[in-house]
Amino acid sequence: MTVISVLLILSCLLLLGSSRLHVAIRVVAAQGLLLGVLPIVRSAENLHVAILILGLSTIVSKGILLPWLMNTCLRLSGIRREIEPFVGFGPSLLCGTALLGLAVWIAVRLQLPQVPLILLTSSFFAILVGLFLMVTRRKAITQSLAYLVMENGVYGVGISMSLDFPFLVELGILLDVFVGVFLMGNLLFHLDREFEHLDADKLTELSDLSEPAPAGEERV
Amino acid sequence: MTLLLLTILLPALAGTASYFIRPHRIRRLLWGTTAVLHLALSLAAALPMNATPLDHWIGMDSLSAIFLVLTSVLFLGATVYGIGYVAREPVAPQLDSEDGSLFKNEPESIFTGAILLLLAAMTLAIVSRHLALQWVAIEATTLASAPLIYYHQNRRSLEAAWKYLILCSVGIAVALLGIFFIRMTIQDGPHELTLATLLARADTLNHKWLSTAFIFMLVGYGTKMGLAPLHTWLPDAHSEAPSPVSAMLSGALLNCAFLGILRVQQVCAAAGMASFGGDLLVLFGLVSMGLAGVFILRQADYKRMLAYSSVEHMGILALGVGLGGLGLFGSFLHAVNHSIVKAMLFLTAGNLLSRFHTKDTMKIQGACGVLPISGALWIAGFLAVTGSPPFGTFISEFTILRAGFNQGRWVVATFYVVFLLLAFVGMAGIVLRMALGRKTTDTEHATVLSAVLDSPSAAARAREPWTAVLPPLVFAVIALLLGVYLPGPLAQKLQDAAQLFGGMAK
Repeated sequence: MTVISVLLILSCLLLLGSSRLHVAIRVVAAQGLLLGVLPIVRSAENLHVAILILGLSTIVSKGILLPWLMNTCLRLSGIRREIEPFVGFGPSLLCGTALLGLAVWIAVRLQLPQVPLILLTSSFFAILVGLFLMVTRRKAITQSLAYLVMENGVYGVGISMSLDFPFLVELGILLDVFVGVFLMGNLLFHLDREFEHLDADKLTELSDLSEPAPAGEERV
Repeated sequence: MTLLLLTILLPALAGTASYFIRPHRIRRLLWGTTAVLHLALSLAAALPMNATPLDHWIGMDSLSAIFLVLTSVLFLGATVYGIGYVAREPVAPQLDSEDGSLFKNEPESIFTGAILLLLAAMTLAIVSRHLALQWVAIEATTLASAPLIYYHQNRRSLEAAWKYLILCSVGIAVALLGIFFIRMTIQDGPHELTLATLLARADTLNHKWLSTAFIFMLVGYGTKMGLAPLHTWLPDAHSEAPSPVSAMLSGALLNCAFLGILRVQQVCAAAGMASFGGDLLVLFGLVSMGLAGVFILRQADYKRMLAYSSVEHMGILALGVGLGGLGLFGSFLHAVNHSIVKAMLFLTAGNLLSRFHTKDTMKIQGACGVLPISGALWIAGFLAVTGSPPFGTFISEFTILRAGFNQGRWVVATFYVVFLLLAFVGMAGIVLRMALGRKTTDTEHATVLSAVLDSPSAAARAREPWTAVLPPLVFAVIALLLGVYLPGPLAQKLQDAAQLFGGMAK
């Protein structure tokens, strides 16, 4: 379990420092695999079918199907890299260490003796990194990846607290996340076609705070 | 129990089937039938007292009874309007009236399927008594409504749908974290997150964890409910969606997220922490009212104006619950009134939009002359939504004000009145000019407008189709009736609902 937690933390740091989007997708896929294995490892002594099904469906949905969808989006749109994020990759890593510190602080503050500290830390770290990526990156595709990372973190917190949610509810949560990212992927196709770019920060036609950009400017 | 399951499964199955039905007539018939049956089922499930045991995953207490019937009534109205709406929408690509680009509507089967699935998800969110199950349902409402917002498939609706999906998903993920924390409030014994368990063990819950959980769930569901400053997606989504969808989003969907917050506040109240959650709700409520008032004041788009008005009214609901006591009764009554009135306003706005082809408030003048019924409804709706007598909203807003005075919270009450007046002034200027103004100063647009109004095809369309007029008209009558007469069963349910939070005596 410690190995998984450390890998989770490393994968988040990798996401903060990498500009190549297909690397980011692979890292998120790896996170999905890790999270699929996690509940199986966590309850290795009294393993039953429900946990096995849940782990496997996590692996299939978060580890295989969604990354495949994201890759298709990426290939069709022809973008390769995250260009000019609002916070550079070096400073992002620096912020990442600060966030890691924050995650440790939160995990310690919660005072849960029966929960492995490192697992809780890595889960909170994933949530914070997801939120950080969401606000500092330009590409819409990165935002959907960031949502997935954050959701992975929430899922991790759930597992580390060993919540005994009913099986159907667990599956429902997983299904919601899957359909959510699936819809985001669909919208990404349309974004690419309509705006000919995937920069979420240029989605400014609807706003009450600033004058909207004249139509057609984005196409230049 | 079976009845409730049926209420959820009926729209879910009908929605799924809609994706596969090719002939428009059959699909529309299915849509209409489902809406009528759903209302019948909801009434059958809601009217008897204590019909279902409350320790199951789904069940019906007075609070869910109010919201379920309300949602079902709104859906029936939106269905009558919506069937006419999709039938009138052209299938071929059309020119966008705002930026001149071409766009093509979503296939009707996707639209119908999504709106029926939305109904199923909302029903589940209302009747679920397991907090995590309710989370699943509320997230499902986001997913079902995103394709509805993207119905027109143009740039603005795409932007709105994207922001909606991202922001609400993130918000709701935060709420899930809050639900995990609720689990930690139970120190030992059964850990089931059903309301029955939580309420039965309320005395033993850990207060520190409960307050943390409340904050997370308030922020998470508050995003979806549109409480400022978490509301930023709401004006976009509610203004870009087709009007029957806007009516559902503002009138019914926001209530579902509100119910999510209410459930955890219910647990807080049982655990003796009502004032902790209450103060936060009052704060969020006042901020929402104030911010929405400011944005209504300088609004140039009348659907956005209505959307901000929804933010304002969500603020009123949060404030009423936060005050507690009499405010609870006022807040639940206001939820009913607001839903009816806001649905009516969005449907009327849809009539204006389809006639004038603009959402710019400055470009519409004298709507009463062009569209007599919709114009009159537009003014009536404005009076109702700003809480003028004799509409029901006046009574509910006044009840909340009285709760504030009764508790001696003068500062809160003063801000509340000031913000209500702000919204009244802001909307009065916009709505009255649109409905009654005679001359248009923008000469270029005036010629365009007269060309639209004079062309023979426009003359044919000038008659307001009954599907577009009847639902808002009926809602207007209901809003008026609620102002002069509160039916006994409804009053009873409202009082019982307030009782769930510790009652009205305070």
